[in-house]
Amino acid sequence: MLKLPIYLDNNATTPLDPRVLEAMMPYLTDVFGNAASRNHPFGWAAEEGVDYARTQIAQLIGCDSKEIIFTSGATEGDNLGIKGVFEMYAQKGNHVITTTTEHKAVLDTCKHLEKIGGRVTYLPVDELGLISLADLEAAMTPETILVTIMYGNNETGTIQPIREIAAIAHKHGALFMTDGTQAVGKIPVDVNADGIDIMAFTAHKMYGPKGVGALYVRRKNPRVKVTAQMDGGGHERGMRSGTLNVPGIVGFGKACELARLEMAADAARLSVMRDRLQTELMQLEESYVNGSVEHRLPHVANISFKYVEGEGLMMGIKDLAVSSGSACTSASLEPSYVLKALGLSDDLAHSSLRFGLSRFTTDEQIDYAINHVKEAVTKLREMSPLWEMHKEGIDLSKIEWAEH
Amino acid sequence: MAYSDKVIDHYSNPRNVGTLDKSKKNVGTGLVGAPECGDVMRLQIEVDEATNTITDAKFKTFGCGSAIASSSLATEWLKGKTVDEALAIDNMEIVEELALPPVKIHCSVLAEDAIKSAISDYRVKNGLPALELAHH
Repeated sequence: MLKLPIYLDNNATTPLDPRVLEAMMPYLTDVFGNAASRNHPFGWAAEEGVDYARTQIAQLIGCDSKEIIFTSGATEGDNLGIKGVFEMYAQKGNHVITTTTEHKAVLDTCKHLEKIGGRVTYLPVDELGLISLADLEAAMTPETILVTIMYGNNETGTIQPIREIAAIAHKHGALFMTDGTQAVGKIPVDVNADGIDIMAFTAHKMYGPKGVGALYVRRKNPRVKVTAQMDGGGHERGMRSGTLNVPGIVGFGKACELARLEMAADAARLSVMRDRLQTELMQLEESYVNGSVEHRLPHVANISFKYVEGEGLMMGIKDLAVSSGSACTSASLEPSYVLKALGLSDDLAHSSLRFGLSRFTTDEQIDYAINHVKEAVTKLREMSPLWEMHKEGIDLSKIEWAEH
Repeated sequence: MAYSDKVIDHYSNPRNVGTLDKSKKNVGTGLVGAPECGDVMRLQIEVDEATNTITDAKFKTFGCGSAIASSSLATEWLKGKTVDEALAIDNMEIVEELALPPVKIHCSVLAEDAIKSAISDYRVKNGLPALELAHH
């Protein structure tokens, strides 16, 4: 029996893997100590749990466990990485390079830097959501201290050419940071092979708990330091004060271990399901895949259905939990800035749906999603004057609309 | 966002979806809104010229559930009304009937505009001056 509604919004957050919860439980009950308490067994037990998790996390991304700084999530990691580098390397320069399709945690942090004397270059992306390496090369200056470009995009799943980007940054003496939120745990990410100096990521996108994340900060070749953004007890090698969220960290560790062991099989299975979903939905006329199909996270598909309005579409697929490129539902009429950066018109951006599959997604759920979306799009198009005009061969861009 | 039962009913079972023959002299067509704004409504009326009564009304709407419901409701109300009675329909009556929240009031305004625009088109086709349409 299929349980409704079906959750296909796993880029927003994933459910907690029961095995992760099991690992966390003792730390929510008996092992309640403060990992910073050095004088008694309660603290030691908590610290042991944290140390083990640090190793599990480090193994997933191929780093040393000392290079993991625990945070409250990727937003904090992005803030700490960017602001921390800006402060620490102020003597070297004040220029940061990023892209227009970053998460707000990066974009708004960069905007903050601009207010305090920083200079930021926002690289554009092409119609597939990819940056141009030539643009990056051209933007590098002697004052460039940091290039921060996300690994995989949260809306489209597009994967940037990380290794090439890192090489360019390093050639010009800048550090390379990436927001690995959507990529870590889904595809192989190796900080050394990829040339990553700093990376923010989070547990709740990979079947771990909410409220815990990590910032990877390279310790050699080069040794990177970031200025703490929170003052206090000097935890996490002085880079992030605050009592560690021990149960969250233990869960994060378990989630990383599971990802390391199961990622390849999950990705293979999910990409087949995702491709089937996409192929079926692309049978609807005037539907478009947003972002790169070639360079894409295995569990993501973002598809626009022309001549259908986004909020109406969401209402028509109420048994599916997905995200829309239309922000109408949040009372603002602004369509997704990520899709607009790809060159989509407002109406096409409004009518997009983002599907994010998970380890727990079943073929039966995908079948239901396919039928549900097809029915809703077809029904709404039958009701749409724009669809009728399109069918009559009328060029909608030539009409003078009575805007209100 | 929570939709009222009436909005859900009109969205799920829209009344009078369709197209009337716009080349006919007694058919008035109103097309309002814009794709970039996320709402386009096309509302059509067919008028019995002898009695000045609306005998049929059809709509097609590109928009959210509230926009679809507002236009669906408008066609229900239009049928059987005289043109003058139709002109008196106020958007706030639609807001009340559908229990639209403040952020969706523009949907009702658009439906009122569509009614007036259709009537104006009918008038022009029959040698009467166009209505002065308020622009919101």
